[in-house]
Amino acid sequence: MLPTPDTSHVPYTRVYEPAEDSFLLLDTLSSPSETAFLSSRFSTTAGGCAPLIVEIGPGSGVVIAFLTAHAQTILGTQHVLTCGVDVNRFACAATGRTAAKAVAETMANDDGSGGGGGAGWFLDAVQGDLVAPLRDGVVDVLVFNPPYVPTDELPVPVAGGAERGTTTTFEEESHLLALSYAGGRDGMETTDRLLAALPTALSARGCAYVLLCAQNRPEEVKERIRATGGGWKAETVGTSGKQAGWEKLQIIRIWRATHDA
Amino acid sequence: MKVLTLNFLTCAVKTCKSSADSFPLHPKDAELAHDDIEINPELLANVLPRIDWTALRTTSTELGFPELPAQPPTVEELEADEALLKELHSLLLETQMMEGKLVCGCCGHEYAVREGIANFLLPSHLV
Repeated sequence: MLPTPDTSHVPYTRVYEPAEDSFLLLDTLSSPSETAFLSSRFSTTAGGCAPLIVEIGPGSGVVIAFLTAHAQTILGTQHVLTCGVDVNRFACAATGRTAAKAVAETMANDDGSGGGGGAGWFLDAVQGDLVAPLRDGVVDVLVFNPPYVPTDELPVPVAGGAERGTTTTFEEESHLLALSYAGGRDGMETTDRLLAALPTALSARGCAYVLLCAQNRPEEVKERIRATGGGWKAETVGTSGKQAGWEKLQIIRIWRATHDA
Repeated sequence: MKVLTLNFLTCAVKTCKSSADSFPLHPKDAELAHDDIEINPELLANVLPRIDWTALRTTSTELGFPELPAQPPTVEELEADEALLKELHSLLLETQMMEGKLVCGCCGHEYAVREGIANFLLPSHLV
């Protein structure tokens, strides 16, 4: 088991606290099948060009920090760049700190063989909407734990407002947390926008990991992705394995067949 | 925000993406900070192939750094040139833009950078 990044500094009144969905992403991304897939695509011998990993909506930063700190184990190379994009400014700050702590822990546990114990390089977390701030075609691995809970209304990020200061009201904090879970119709309104942006956001060797809950109708989502043409594939690569309740979770991997290893 | 990050960012306005003027974004009133980070030549060699060199030259000059060579070094040239390795390491990974604005050369929108975090959320009339 790879150690889970420390998130004890994260203000959970304003930033989504790591939960079952976050931990399913950690387990899935470090599973034998996904480390084999990612290593075959991105290990240094497979190209010599450092992959860029982007997490959309990192929240506490636990997932992107995990990927950064354990880059060598998960991607077969430590020459990895990582960053995050979150609508919540507090999440951006939290993510930077979580990543720095996780990388420092990996380096402290270095066995002396050099190279920082296999950690990659966390660049930055920027505040933004999905992949909007990113140049087309630069993302090699995209990870998204979306706001997936079906809700009557979809909250809208505030460009300025609450997040300008260091203090927040209860309403502002509720709004920030709602942005992290409320998914609108079928819990898919934000995820659908991200899926539509994937073909331009991802590099030729790019792939994406997106978390879905049962109410998102994952089988239909995968079928829609496959039906877009262009060689896109979508498969379930991790599940929460629990039958009880409506929040049964799964991770789908989306990638292009043209670059199949 | 690191200078290397700027090499991956562009204007968030959809209609700007197809314009060459939207990348790189232009730093304005930039306050820089310097982190001491151990140099990693192997990482730089692996990052070099994916850098947009022309954009990096622009950013570097606009931030007041010495002009970079017109052509990017090859990986072999970089590995053999300790001075260039140090220069790129310092520019790409150690230099942080803490405050200021990033301006789109296409639409003129200014993205604020505060405490090292850039804000790319657009006001509703630009979404």
